[in-house]
Amino acid sequence: MTNWGPNNKSIMSQSEWPLWEVFIRSKQGLDHKHVGSLHAADATMAVQNARDVYTRRLEGVSIWVVESTHIHASNPDEAAEFFDPAADKVYRHPTFYTVPDSIKHM
Amino acid sequence: METLEKDLSRDDQFQARIDADVRIEPKDWMPDAYRKTLIRQISQHAHSEIVGMLPEGNWITRAPSLKRKAILLAKVQDEAGHGLYLYSAAETLGASRDQMLADLHSGKAKYSSIFNYPTLSWADMGCVGWLVDGAAILNQVPLCRTSYGPYARAMVRVCKEESFHQRQGFEIMQTLCAGAPVQKEMAQEALNRWWWPTLMMFGPKDSESPNTEQSMKWRIKRFTNDELRQKFVDMMVPQAEFLGLTVPDEKAQWNEARQAYDFGEVDWNEFWSVVKGNGLCNHDRLQARVQAHEEGAWVLEAALAHAAKRAAREAVAA
Repeated sequence: MTNWGPNNKSIMSQSEWPLWEVFIRSKQGLDHKHVGSLHAADATMAVQNARDVYTRRLEGVSIWVVESTHIHASNPDEAAEFFDPAADKVYRHPTFYTVPDSIKHM
Repeated sequence: METLEKDLSRDDQFQARIDADVRIEPKDWMPDAYRKTLIRQISQHAHSEIVGMLPEGNWITRAPSLKRKAILLAKVQDEAGHGLYLYSAAETLGASRDQMLADLHSGKAKYSSIFNYPTLSWADMGCVGWLVDGAAILNQVPLCRTSYGPYARAMVRVCKEESFHQRQGFEIMQTLCAGAPVQKEMAQEALNRWWWPTLMMFGPKDSESPNTEQSMKWRIKRFTNDELRQKFVDMMVPQAEFLGLTVPDEKAQWNEARQAYDFGEVDWNEFWSVVKGNGLCNHDRLQARVQAHEEGAWVLEAALAHAAKRAAREAVAA
């Protein structure tokens, strides 16, 4: 029982509505961002409930809902090793390179 | 640093992250006691929001104007929303919604005792917003920085919405205090009843709050009960004076040396008696919750059956 998280179905009982994760686009041009979760019997109800729970003050112009069981995540216990390959590649950043002061527009 | 971390036990590593103000997220390893403490605190907080709808729901049909009615409806709807944010934060720790509700309904789980007091007059709507939500805000603002990520994020949303609640309550009080003498009396009478129970909202004295030390160490809590209670009194006494009202405590006096208000002792016998279920409304509140749950159960079942039927139909069509 170490895999607590949004995609753990074992914790839900039979009578409980499925759990959905809610993502909101706060305005045109921005990404949808995770805001929380809620229970709903189906996707239509999940979108309507998400509107009532998470956008009562015009916080969004678009809503995504994903049933929590469909989300797969990296393991936080292995985060160090998992993200390690990017740790020693400083040359991927522009600040790694020296540019003479006299050079402009770079 | 890496070798050092390996030498530390998991508990020590966890505490080191807390001390470095790193937020804990749902799938991170955490001590069982941390998880249990959070589930207890967050679910209790969620229950308080949901039960907190009842004393105000009482006044929706009796609000003195359409404007007040619309405001009160919006406020009660917010409280439902706050309960839902919090239940979903508790679910990230592995608590099930059904179990949390079952614990509320059986009386095993607690909710804030303040909602076991009756709302007898329209001025009570003013006091609930001004005092009760004012106290809730003081409790909740530090929780925006609590160590558990989903709880902190839920509290950020709650706090943004809560400040309207307090202001509308203060406005009700202001309107009554600027009205006829009988209206001002109503405001004073409500303040007399709500003042002490509101001070109890911060919980027992530090010396009698065994969980405080560990919760502070885990940075779940950022201030002690007595610190918050003092802050509240310092904020509210001048606001009551502005309204032309008097808090029902002769000892509430500015202490120049302490740069804070002195105030009298809370009646802790009353506090514990209400916690144990003997408040004026404990029975009614719980009964209303259980009744709503039981009478609404068919809706939950019907919606699931409908969703299953439609999914089956779509599967056949595809």
